[in-house]
Formats: sequence, C-alpha cells, structure tokens
Amino acid sequence: MAEAAESPGDPGTASPRPLFAGLSDISISQDIPVEGEITIPMRSRIREFDSSTLNESVQNTIMRDLKAVGKKFMHVLYPRKSNTLLRDWDLWGPLILCVTLALMLQRGSVDSEKDGGPQFAEVFVIVWFGAVTITLNSKLLGGNISFFQSLCVLGYCILPLTVAMLVCRLVLLAEPGPINFMVRFFVVIVMFAWSIIASTAFLADSQPPNRKALAVYPVFLFYFVISWMILTFTP
Amino acid sequence: MAAVDDLRFEEFGDAAASLAANPDTTTISIEDPGDTPKHQPGPPGGSGREEDDELLGNDDSDKTELLAGQKKSSPFWTFEYYQTFFDVDTYQVFDRIKGSLLPVPGKNFVRLYVRSNPDLYGPFWICATLVFAIAISGNLSNFLIHLGEKTYHYVPEFRKVSIAATVVYAYAWLVPLALWGFLMWRNSKVMNIVSYSFLEIVCVYGYSLFIYIPTAILWIIPQKAVRWILVMIALGVSGSVLAMTFWPAVREDNRRIALATIVTIVLLHMLLSVGCLTGPELTSMPTFLYFIHGMPTTVGCQAVPCPHPRSEPVNPGLPRSGTCELNCCSTGQPMKQFLSLYVEVSF
Repeated sequence: MAEAAESPGDPGTASPRPLFAGLSDISISQDIPVEGEITIPMRSRIREFDSSTLNESVQNTIMRDLKAVGKKFMHVLYPRKSNTLLRDWDLWGPLILCVTLALMLQRGSVDSEKDGGPQFAEVFVIVWFGAVTITLNSKLLGGNISFFQSLCVLGYCILPLTVAMLVCRLVLLAEPGPINFMVRFFVVIVMFAWSIIASTAFLADSQPPNRKALAVYPVFLFYFVISWMILTFTP
Repeated sequence: MAAVDDLRFEEFGDAAASLAANPDTTTISIEDPGDTPKHQPGPPGGSGREEDDELLGNDDSDKTELLAGQKKSSPFWTFEYYQTFFDVDTYQVFDRIKGSLLPVPGKNFVRLYVRSNPDLYGPFWICATLVFAIAISGNLSNFLIHLGEKTYHYVPEFRKVSIAATVVYAYAWLVPLALWGFLMWRNSKVMNIVSYSFLEIVCVYGYSLFIYIPTAILWIIPQKAVRWILVMIALGVSGSVLAMTFWPAVREDNRRIALATIVTIVLLHMLLSVGCLTGPELTSMPTFLYFIHGMPTTVGCQAVPCPHPRSEPVNPGLPRSGTCELNCCSTGQPMKQFLSLYVEVSF
C-alpha cells in the first residue's frame, strides 16, 4: 500500500493517513450486473467476402471495375493532391482511353495510305511507348514511383485530351473556317493544360526535388505531341 | 511502511561534489560532446572537417574526381548502372544547354560542363524534341504555304516523324561512335593529352544539337533569306562548340590529320542541318523523301509537257509527295520530273 507523501500543508503531523484509506469502505454492490454480450459485427461477413468474388455475377465484377475506373476519371478531372491513382492503380482506364483516341484519330481508308495522318497503330505505339519512356526516365532520375503506377497516371491523364478529341470531332461537323479552327485550338490548349496539371499533381511528389523539372518536361512533350495530333486532325 | 524521508525529493548536486563527499557513490555524467574537456585536437579536427565539407561542397571537380572511380561499379545488367548516366540536376542540364549555345573560345565544353559526369538525359530528350520540332514545323510551313488555296487538303504527314527520328538518332549515336573509334585509334599512335570517353562525346553531340530546335521552329517563316541566315547561325554555333571540344584531342597529332578530323566533324554537322531543314532541294530521288517545306506540287506537275510530239501524258499526275509521275505515251516509260525545274520552290 502506498504511503502518501507528507502534504506540505501540515508539516507537523506525526502519523499521516495512509493513501487510498477510504477504498476499503467501498464494496462492489451485489446488484450491479457484470455480464453481457460481446459481438463482433464483421465476424461472419469476412469469411463470406473471400469466396463471394468467385460466386458473384459477372455484372457485379464488371460494375466494380467500372466504378473504380470512373472514380479515377473523377480524380483526373478534378485534380487534387491525392494518391488514389497511385494506390490502386489499374490499366483499364488507360487502355480504354488510348483505344478511343486511336480510333477517333484514324483517318478514313479512302485517302492514300502512304501519306497522311496517323494510323491506329501509330497512335497506340506513340501513347504506350511514350508512357513507358517517360516512366523509365523518371525512374532513372531517381523517382520512387513504381512502373505501373506511373503508367496508370500518365494513361489516365489522357482523359482531358480524349474529351478534346470528341469536342473537335463535333466542331468539325460544322463548316470549316478560321472560327472553327480557333474554337478547336482553344479547346485543345485548355485540355492540354489540364492534362499537364493533373499529371504533375500526381507525379511531381515522387521525384527528387532538384530534378522535378527534368522529370516533368517529357510529360509536357508527350501531351504536346498528342495535342498536336488532335489539333491537326482533319476527317 | 517506509519512512517519509525516503520518498522526499533530494538534490544531489553535481557529480563532482557527491564524489568528493562520498567516493563510493555512483554517478552518471552526461556531457555534451562539443564541450568535452579532453586534450585532443578537438577544435582543429572540427574545423578540419568543416574545411573538408567546404572543399567538397564548393569545388565540384575534386569531388567528382574522387567519385569518378567509384561511379560505375554496378554491373551493366542492373538498373543502378544506368542510373549513373542520369545523375544530373536541373541546373546542371540548364548549364550544359547554355554552354552549348554560347561557345566561348578557349573553354572546352566537356571540361567545363560535363566534367566526368556525362549524362544521357540531355542527348536523348534534345533529340526527341528536335525530331518533333522538325516534323511539326515541316507540317506547319506546308500548311501556311497553302493557306489560301481552297482546293488544298491538308494532311499531316506522319511519315516525317519516323524519318526524322531515324536520321537524328542515327546521327547522335553513330557519328560519336565513329569519332570515338577514330580518336582511340589515333591515341594508340600518338600520345594525346586529352582523351574523351564515348559517353562524353555522345553528350557533346547531343547538347550541340540543341540550337537546331529554335532553328526548326523559326523555319516556319517562308522567307528564303531568313531561313538561310538561321541555318548559318545554327551551324556556326554548334560547329564551333564541336570544333573547340575536339581540337584539344587532336592537336598533338599530325597537322593534316587534325585538321581533317575537325573539318570532317563540321562537314557532317553541316550535312545534318542542311538535310534536316532544307529537304526538298536535295530530294531528286523519289524514294529519299525528307521534310517537304512548301512544295506546291499540284501546280507544277500539271504544267509538265511530254517531250515527245503528238503525245499526251496519260496520267496527268495526281501528285504524290515530291514526284510527278507521268507516263509518256509514245515510249510508255514513266517520266519522273524533277520538281526544281518546274516548280517554284517558294521559300
């Protein structure tokens, strides 16, 4: 039993009261029940979750992946500093975007095949090899982002440019002229800036601070080339 | 029950006093490492360390000389080996670009800027930018030439990118390889003080191509005089960077060989610049198409008469990019007309 230190108020007392002296007077009353139930709410559901992805319907699987892709699209369209794209990366979004862009950038087969705009394969190769080169570049410069995370970010940030392509296609249905061109130019410039800002928001933190510009410049070149292809597209 | 006094807080004083009072007591002394009263060269040692730091921090060359031997120690199949080639900071890349734009006579680009830390970042991305700049400016100048014509249908010529990429990257890698081999061979014959590694030569060539990027962009201006002045300036700047870099490497050699080397370097550079920027004047071969700046192909080809009497061109020439293919009726042989004869190459 601990003894109380001498309280400074009464220096003269010879025998101090022991500490917790009154505790022994308290007794646990007989009529406070000490019993109950402890339930773990997730207990049974965890085991169901593991096997449920096998048994769920195809629609559930597809919807889950589509929702993940759509959520990342939202993160690209409203870029904040978050690492959702980096944490749960996937390459479905980049694939969808790249295929859409390449399909829309394709010329009709009526024109001569020797000269002209990019074919599907050319756009595809430029996008994917460009993304791989930029990723290798940032890793060689000492960035601590993984290969597929970087591919994921670069691919998802093509979304504004795909939107620009759609808008340009619609604008091109109207009559050609300088106004037409100015509208398309403006849209492409805005979407290009949006892509750069979105990708920089995700990628810049993973680079060493004295090499950020070195890592961002290839991204700039990459989106510039894609924007050029979009702007000079004529059906 | 213990006595109250045992629980009271006591002041023990410092270790020396308690040791003096009772030599058997155990004391703990935690001292600041800075004010250790030992009789060692503490302050001189400390300032010596600071001097080392200053030396290492301010004078890059010593540090890089020291580290140069330890740099490439990873085997070539690991990722870290290639990371040593990208060990540059932003300001270093900017410094190297600035050095390639402003060649100062007497200052060697390699010694001044590269300083045994050659990087592959600059050469690779400068070449990539140059490829796209050439392709884009070619398309743009083509477009601007035909701006007023209603019948002209603009097609972005994508083949230009592939050709430009091949030419530029081949130049940036094969010419340094040849030059390095040549310098190594001469080094075995004549003892040269200055010798460059392969990567340093690649580095110099890569950074010397930077001046062509603004040149290619300004090439959109359709005036012939402006274009040729631009080419002269670009060639002068980058040629002088290369010449001043490689002159110390060959000057101990036989006079003629040294001069021949420098002249060859400048000539190759001139070939690249002229070939890249003024493609159509060289392309008389239809298969060797370069970047076609401002070729009004539709106008010229239709004006070509068949030289044989009483015959007409069978195929009045849907002009391909660069050639007019007409078939002469009497002989049936295709006639490939050189565009420079019939077409106003409007610069």
